[in-house]
Amino acid sequence: MAAIVRAHGVHKHFGALHVLRGVDLEVAERELVFVIGPSGSGKSTLLRCLNRLEEPSGGRIEVDGIDMLDRRTDINRARQRIGMVFQSFNLYPHMTALGNVALALRKVLKLPRAEADERARAALERVNLADRAGHYPGQLSGGQQQRVAIARAIALEPRVMLFDEPTSALDPELVGGVLQAMRELRESGMTMVVVSHEMGFARAAADRVVFMDHGLVVEEGPPEAVFGAPREERTRAFIRQIDRH
Amino acid sequence: MTGWERFADSFLNARVAAEYLPKIVEGFGLTVVLALCIIAAGLTAGLALAVLRSLGVRPLNWLIIFAVDLFRALPPLVVIALLYFGLPAAGLSLSGFAAAWLALSLVLMAFSEEIFWAGITAVPKGQWEAARSTGLGFLPTLRLVVLPQALRITVPPLTNRTIAITKNTALASVVAVPEILGAAQAGVSFGFNPTPLTLGAAAYLVLFLPVVVLGRWVETRFAWKR
Ligand SMILES: Nc1ncnc2c1ncn2[C@@H]1O[C@H](COP(=O)(O)OP(=O)(O)OP(=O)(O)O)[C@@H](O)[C@H]1O
Ligand SMILES: [Mg+2]
Repeated sequence: MAAIVRAHGVHKHFGALHVLRGVDLEVAERELVFVIGPSGSGKSTLLRCLNRLEEPSGGRIEVDGIDMLDRRTDINRARQRIGMVFQSFNLYPHMTALGNVALALRKVLKLPRAEADERARAALERVNLADRAGHYPGQLSGGQQQRVAIARAIALEPRVMLFDEPTSALDPELVGGVLQAMRELRESGMTMVVVSHEMGFARAAADRVVFMDHGLVVEEGPPEAVFGAPREERTRAFIRQIDRH
Repeated sequence: MTGWERFADSFLNARVAAEYLPKIVEGFGLTVVLALCIIAAGLTAGLALAVLRSLGVRPLNWLIIFAVDLFRALPPLVVIALLYFGLPAAGLSLSGFAAAWLALSLVLMAFSEEIFWAGITAVPKGQWEAARSTGLGFLPTLRLVVLPQALRITVPPLTNRTIAITKNTALASVVAVPEILGAAQAGVSFGFNPTPLTLGAAAYLVLFLPVVVLGRWVETRFAWKR
């Protein structure tokens, strides 16, 4: 199968801190890759390098055939193909749910307002929030806000979706709705890279689990293998630790 | 004459008041025009500088910070005097009105740039990242996502600062602009009676009291939202 994401030997320094130390990651079309690892191991930095919210200090990154690190690449066009969902939702507080989803449709894809609104409504429908289109983020629960954020990303019909701990900021009773939206997205064939501690979701939905530590991919494989019979001691220690919670 | 009668004859003299009222009314109009011109130019320039500063070009930002600090440090009257009395020496002479307008606009620009800049930096980084991750460019993100949020938190301090600086229009009397205070002072010297000053004070109250009350309302209204 064709790889949508090809990252090779990605390095990232923050000053003297060497956060990514040569990460390789390939994600095939329609694959759901789950990234786990201790705090500070570089998971968020890796995701943010993929759409160049962070500038990698070295390596190669290709997304849907586009060289993300080439100076000549139009980064704004490339980012249209990469949806991103953040731990803290980051909805625009001065716009309604519909406005949040429609903004990029109007200003990036340059769709006329009516068409943008229609597509935004369809995206909200997909995360079961059609009835909240007119609400402002402040009037929505955390779980609803995160689903609007998912709708905002998928409305652009990206080739791959990046999730950075999408449920970590949520009260436990709100996690289910977000995971449900992600599961439906996956069933629709979306390619996804998910950083999360939701092991149940990983076991049920992931094609592959990648364990990172200290800026390197330490181990990867199908969820049964990585969770059930990890080869590396560091992976074992990490999984013991999260299983206790 | 009792003390009160003497006071009333000096400061509340109906004959003098009637004579100089038209001049004060003209001064009132001039003050309003001057104030509006200062607000328009000062806030526009302040916002433009804050936007330029957000581009993050080092040498440019040093220049902006230098200019802003300069006009925040100089007393407004000194800036007016420099432009009015100093520029002719450089072969460029400004009318009193133009000198006062330019000087106070520069001062308002400096203070409002700082306020706009504080507003822009107060918007969480996640807002930029969310917008940029959808393919929105730097300037559209600034205009559509960041500035609307920044402006909302800048409204109260901006209102206060704008009121404070527009009151300095009275300083234009020093460079012979017949705005309210200038007209009142002229009335005092020609009429040998300080009643025009009373009229002037009343004119300032009529002009600025509603503005101050509006400012207070704006402050409470924007304080608890967000
Ligand atoms: N902008 C930054 N400036 C400096 N250091 C940073 C920056 N962003 C991340 N780091 C550092 O890089 C390291 C990796 O951070 P990263 O956020 O990628 O880890 P993570 O695996 O996502 O951790 P967590 O599970 O806590 O989210 C950490 O030590 C962090 O402090
Ligand atoms: Mg992280």
